[in-house]
Amino acid sequence: MDRRSSLKALALGSLSSGVLLDACKQEEEKAPASPPSPIAQWDASSGRLPEEVDRDQKLEADQFFTSHEMVTLGLLADIIIPADSVSGSATDAKVPDFIEFIVKDQPRHKTPMRGGLNWLDNECRRRFDNAFSACTHAQQIEVVEDIAWPSKARPEMAQGVAFFSMMRNLTATGFFSSKIGIADIGYQGNTPNVWDGVPEDVLKQYGVSYDAKTLEECVKAEDHDKIFTFS
Amino acid sequence: MTDFSIRKQARTYDVCIVGSGAGGGMAAYILSRQGIKVALLEAGPMFDPANPKQRTQLKWSYESPRRGAGTTRPFGDFDAAYGGWNIEGEPYTQNGKTEFNWFRSRMIGGRTNHWGRISLRFGPNDFKHKSLDGLGDDWPIGYDDVKPFYDRVDQLIGVFGTREGIFNEPDGYFLPPPKPRLHELFIQEGARKAGVKVIPGRLSMLTRRINNERQACFYCSQCNRTCQVYADFSSSSVLVKPAIATGHVDVYTGAMAREVLTGKNGLATGVSYINKDDMQEYQVNAKVVILAASSCESARLLLNSKSSVHPNGLANSSGVVGKYLHDSTGTGRGATLTKLFGRKRYNEDGVGGMHVYSPWWLDNKKLNFPRGYHIEYGGGMDMPGYGFGWGIEGVNGKYPGRDGKTKPGGGYGASLKDDYRYFYGAGFGMAGRGECIARADNYCEIDPSGVVDKYGIPVLRFNYSWSDHEIQQARHMHDTFEEIIHNMGGIPDGEKPGPESNYGLARPGEIIHEVGTVRMGDDPKRAPLNKYNQAFDCKNLFVVDGGPFVSQADKNPTWTILALSMRASEYVMDQLKRQNI
Repeated sequence: MDRRSSLKALALGSLSSGVLLDACKQEEEKAPASPPSPIAQWDASSGRLPEEVDRDQKLEADQFFTSHEMVTLGLLADIIIPADSVSGSATDAKVPDFIEFIVKDQPRHKTPMRGGLNWLDNECRRRFDNAFSACTHAQQIEVVEDIAWPSKARPEMAQGVAFFSMMRNLTATGFFSSKIGIADIGYQGNTPNVWDGVPEDVLKQYGVSYDAKTLEECVKAEDHDKIFTFS
Repeated sequence: MTDFSIRKQARTYDVCIVGSGAGGGMAAYILSRQGIKVALLEAGPMFDPANPKQRTQLKWSYESPRRGAGTTRPFGDFDAAYGGWNIEGEPYTQNGKTEFNWFRSRMIGGRTNHWGRISLRFGPNDFKHKSLDGLGDDWPIGYDDVKPFYDRVDQLIGVFGTREGIFNEPDGYFLPPPKPRLHELFIQEGARKAGVKVIPGRLSMLTRRINNERQACFYCSQCNRTCQVYADFSSSSVLVKPAIATGHVDVYTGAMAREVLTGKNGLATGVSYINKDDMQEYQVNAKVVILAASSCESARLLLNSKSSVHPNGLANSSGVVGKYLHDSTGTGRGATLTKLFGRKRYNEDGVGGMHVYSPWWLDNKKLNFPRGYHIEYGGGMDMPGYGFGWGIEGVNGKYPGRDGKTKPGGGYGASLKDDYRYFYGAGFGMAGRGECIARADNYCEIDPSGVVDKYGIPVLRFNYSWSDHEIQQARHMHDTFEEIIHNMGGIPDGEKPGPESNYGLARPGEIIHEVGTVRMGDDPKRAPLNKYNQAFDCKNLFVVDGGPFVSQADKNPTWTILALSMRASEYVMDQLKRQNI
């Protein structure tokens, strides 16, 4: 066990044993036939207030997008963030489900998203006599290409550009905040550790260093769990 | 048959404290350890960050269905504060063009559960600013009066920092600070070139253990979620929990205080509150009442506590309660450090805040505004959550990607996906927090049109405007930000705000440093409290939150609230012993 993981064990082991026992007992008692939904788990474990729980459960029970709209959202999400050599696609990360939830959570997104999806279908019917989801991949990309670049899009594409920018924002947020996306971006934190400064090779890469005063006065990693005496 | 009469307790406590944040928590801690019998009233529920059912620390963005978005909690789903700018059934109103924002947290520990833990002492000048520039008022006490209490707060709670010997930024008993992060090294460089001093942060997180009840920080950067091993200062875990453990504190949760009760002699006899569970009114009797409900909530309670002896509201013969309300000034700027594009990944979470900051470094005599500000810094490789990747067209249309080519901005597909990776962790930002001059015409009052909350308690109406002092200060902040950003080789994001937006000056209340509503002073005609936080009009009534502040300094108020609450609590004990109250 290296220093960092032993510290992790220490930090987690420091929770009072009563709390841990309590948590184990609850797991034994529950053992439900079907696991609770992620939202229900969130509501049960995060100190949500009764009004927050009520709200979440109502949102979860409601369905905003039609099945046709959900299909289109999935196609667009995967055009924006496809699978590549590093990670899976937006639909692998369940981005359409996230978008379904977030427009109910923040209803100001509802009309722009529904309206944008309909704008897209209208545009595709005009060009190809088919809804977006029924078009060929090449046809879909032709329309996307016209709305994906705000600075060079033709003025008559303004509505499509506004919708696609929003869809791109929601897709990127939904993907990179997912388990797949956080691993993809390479975020290393959210875990107990001992910060001991910027790694040596990174300091070297950028030509910076800690001066003697900083090294002298900053906390030493090996002192992490020693009780400090004030003087 | 339901009985709607008021539930009166037969028991009389030594002290009833209203509110369990920094001020109330400290009072409960100090008094209970001396065997004083305390009733602690809190409008929200019990909270302990070690309780797995209440813990949000170390959860992942995807555990929240909204990925941490601030839909129901203004600072996001993981933020520990129960409450926010607007609480259902508890309105407040604005007079005229006022846009005051009032953040309330209803829970044990109050707003200390999510605050930034920036723990700065006021300096000698901060207590005597009128003597220096003729504006506002001097405090009835000076730094030397408070210093012994700051010293004890440092050692009781723990704060990291370094001894710098700066006159108006007094040194304390510091734990060693954490080393700066990469962007903080560049900020140090850029700021120094701009003549701006940068020193290690002073935050109340345990970089070393100070006792066996609390662990040292494990560097997850999530202090706003409150720490399950109590490595940060939250009143809930650091003050209220040990206070309860003495056996001398009865905690009344879900208790929404309505009025401070007084007898025929004008002295306080206890507190009346609405129990949120049954919406019935109850009374707690006490020999001493200590208000720590937050600056505005304590003012509201006093103004709502009218009687024949106190027709203008309790402790308000001066008419000053609610007046001199002032919040810190604040504005900020984001920027991009292009040399960090494509950076190597490592864990740089660190503590839940800045490892370095800039205390005020200039002389106001040479400037066109009267008081200073400090600068807080942020940035780095954060956990992606709601909002991540937003507006990529403004980034990949502005900077070249990994292949050295700049896109028209926006796009889709594998190349876009790689842009998010490439640009990740290159953003940083800075925010100024400055001193606003306290004025009698910035105030809260009981809404004259008769608005009540769902408990039937009359609500506050706010009256607040910024003066040219604050606006010019915000302008100066933005000039400084751009100079630092340029000196470190960064590129500012967006446009520099101009006069049309008061130079980006935050709306009053938004910095959540509101203080001054029940100020202390030497003259009972000009202040509700004396220099021991004791009401002139009612000697067994004390206020120990931000209310008693005469002026707020360019510092965060919490460390001073703690020191003054400790000081006032020991005065209460002394006065109880002498049977003066």
